[in-house]
Amino acid sequence: MSRKHEKGMSLIVKTITRFTVGLILLYGIYILSHGHISPGGGFAGGVIVALSFIHLMLAYGKETALKKLPKNVASFFESSGAILFLGIALLGFTGGYFFLNFLSKGQPFRLFSAGIIPLCNIAISFKVGAGLFTIFVALVLLTFEIGKKK
Amino acid sequence: MALYILCTILFSLGLYCILRKRNIIKIIIGVIIAEYAVNLFFVLIGYRVEGRAPIHAPDQKILNMVDPLPQAIVLTAIVIGLATTALLIAIAMRIYEKYGTFDITKIKELKG
Amino acid sequence: MMHDPTNIIPFFVIIPLAGAFIISIVGKRLKWLPDVMGILATLGLLSISILSVRFVNLYGTLVYTVGGWKPPIGIAMVMDGLTAFFVVTINLVAFCVALFSINYMERFTSKWKFYALFLLMLGGMNGVVVTGDVFNLFVFLEIAAVASYALVAFGTEKHELEAAFKYAVMSSVGSLFILLAIAILYSYTSTLNMADMANVLIKKGEPSNIMLMVSVFFIMGFGLKSALVPFHAWLPDAHPSAPAPISAMLSGVLIKSLGIYALCRMFYNVIGVSDVTTSVFLFLGALSMIVGGILAIGQWDFKRLLAYSSISQIGYIVLGIALGTPLGILAGLFHLFNHSVFKSLLFLNSGALEYSTGTRDLKQMGGLFKKMPITGSTNMIASMSIAGIPPLSGFWSKLLIIIALVQAGRFGYAVWAVIISVLTLAMYLKVLRYGFFGQLKEKLNKVREVPIFMKLSMIALACICIIGGMLLVYGFGRFFLNPAADVMFEGTKYAAVTMAAVQ
Repeated sequence: MSRKHEKGMSLIVKTITRFTVGLILLYGIYILSHGHISPGGGFAGGVIVALSFIHLMLAYGKETALKKLPKNVASFFESSGAILFLGIALLGFTGGYFFLNFLSKGQPFRLFSAGIIPLCNIAISFKVGAGLFTIFVALVLLTFEIGKKK
Repeated sequence: MALYILCTILFSLGLYCILRKRNIIKIIIGVIIAEYAVNLFFVLIGYRVEGRAPIHAPDQKILNMVDPLPQAIVLTAIVIGLATTALLIAIAMRIYEKYGTFDITKIKELKG
Repeated sequence: MMHDPTNIIPFFVIIPLAGAFIISIVGKRLKWLPDVMGILATLGLLSISILSVRFVNLYGTLVYTVGGWKPPIGIAMVMDGLTAFFVVTINLVAFCVALFSINYMERFTSKWKFYALFLLMLGGMNGVVVTGDVFNLFVFLEIAAVASYALVAFGTEKHELEAAFKYAVMSSVGSLFILLAIAILYSYTSTLNMADMANVLIKKGEPSNIMLMVSVFFIMGFGLKSALVPFHAWLPDAHPSAPAPISAMLSGVLIKSLGIYALCRMFYNVIGVSDVTTSVFLFLGALSMIVGGILAIGQWDFKRLLAYSSISQIGYIVLGIALGTPLGILAGLFHLFNHSVFKSLLFLNSGALEYSTGTRDLKQMGGLFKKMPITGSTNMIASMSIAGIPPLSGFWSKLLIIIALVQAGRFGYAVWAVIISVLTLAMYLKVLRYGFFGQLKEKLNKVREVPIFMKLSMIALACICIIGGMLLVYGFGRFFLNPAADVMFEGTKYAAVTMAAVQ
């Protein structure tokens, strides 16, 4: 009887989700922070980060996921990612050029190398991850509205 | 060459889908197919025979890579396509909310 | 390094994008911020674009190397006469539109979304004009286009959604053709920088079948964006459905910067025009002019009439530019500037009418001149200008186009241009007759004049309409119009000039 009122999918899915969702998030963060030394980067990492939240929403229903990452927080992250990216690009003017890689490049194949590129990757991943999640939430909430009217 | 022709066929299929189908969702799918055909074409342009992925790794010499520029460009094009598709779907859902149908022959407020 | 004149070039992109993102973060909470931000950003853009005209006259072509990477490898931003001309046109209209929106957009609930999208679209347009890299052009073009799809659907009414869907699908197909053409061009020349590409194409010599294919794809893609006649079906739906300030932006500058500018840049400066492309452009231009004019005269919806008239006027512009003679290019660009001004003024007038009376149907208006003197008189100036009544700007540019057509020996096209000009006069007399003169309808007795900012922006545009003819006077035109026409007339010399400008 209580099962009808429970949001989300079955117990098996929920349990597996509980185990995996953190790993997916961590994997996304790994991908985006190693974008300058291996395949991946801001976009791919951001997509994986967004997928971890979408995964949560699919398994537990929209309330749980929106409690973890409310809609306006996500859209704040999205815009701040863009601002951050633009800010990094503008800081290049300290060296004379827009988008100049003004930090020291460091040694190749180290985590702290390649100047501004890791920072740009982080900014992009904010933008992409939050943006993708917001798109998904917007479409889901839109269907709920349409369903309610009927 | 055969691959390029297959790309062209895929692109034409997408265009056919856009022009001939009456369901809005099918039109959106047509746009996506055509877009992916173009992206595929762009990646194929950068390919060279027996080339390897353009990744610079420690203790590996750079020789015989495929062209990395089209891959970077296609990534950008995919992101743009994502934005367009999301917007198209949102508009399609709104249209369904207002008109109650996905059939474009029944959606004609605008004429003339 | 900081006093380098090239440093202003990236700000054409930075200012609108930064404005858009700041609005999207804090605009929801601070109600006053979007208005102030919109005005400040567009005012800043207008002033640096006027500054850029001066710089181009002082220093010639300027090239900015993004990130310090030299052009054939890195992305370049190029500021030459044509770019300076276009940024002034775009940002002038954008400033007036932002001023108008302060009052007009009050009736929509989420004003901050409007301003964020508006600035994003502006950033895209400025980017298209400023960039010197083919793929970068595509990216900026898509930024502007995606923002404009959302803006067309802004009211989320039935017909707006329908128009937005139609526009979005057709415009995405156009973008796909452009991307395909860029892909083929890249595989043929192995470069994406426009100047370098032009150099490679000159070295390759004889035009091949591949270049023919690229040309066809570019004409289809940019033709869809600029609504030349066989590709025009989306425009009469999309432009009237948007909120009035956005209609003014779309009709005034978006189809020009995304369509005409990109077409001119690719064909004149990169690929190089041949006799075949010239005759295709002339034919498309004449067809747009005639079909748009004939379809416009039967419309009763004010904004729809204006949209069809846009197609017709775009035809004039293409007809002038495609001639390829110095006078033809000059006349085409001059008409482009004038059309941006008076068409955006007319769309703002239609917005003012809708704001006050709540309708766009000409049959339900009448006698509004007494009630709304400023809207009425600015509308009269704009209508007379677009119809080509002597002292106003539209007359001079149309006259120049017709003279250029006669000089080039294209008498048939010249006759059509005169006929459509008369038709334009007829359709705008119809607007004036039904909208502003005649009997005042009973229910329109309570109509009031629009608020102050809307008046200001309409008056500003009307003043430019009146003094527009002055652009032809020697000193003024020499700084503003002639450098732009020269860039196009020089054709593929663009490559050498741009490459020489890189330090």
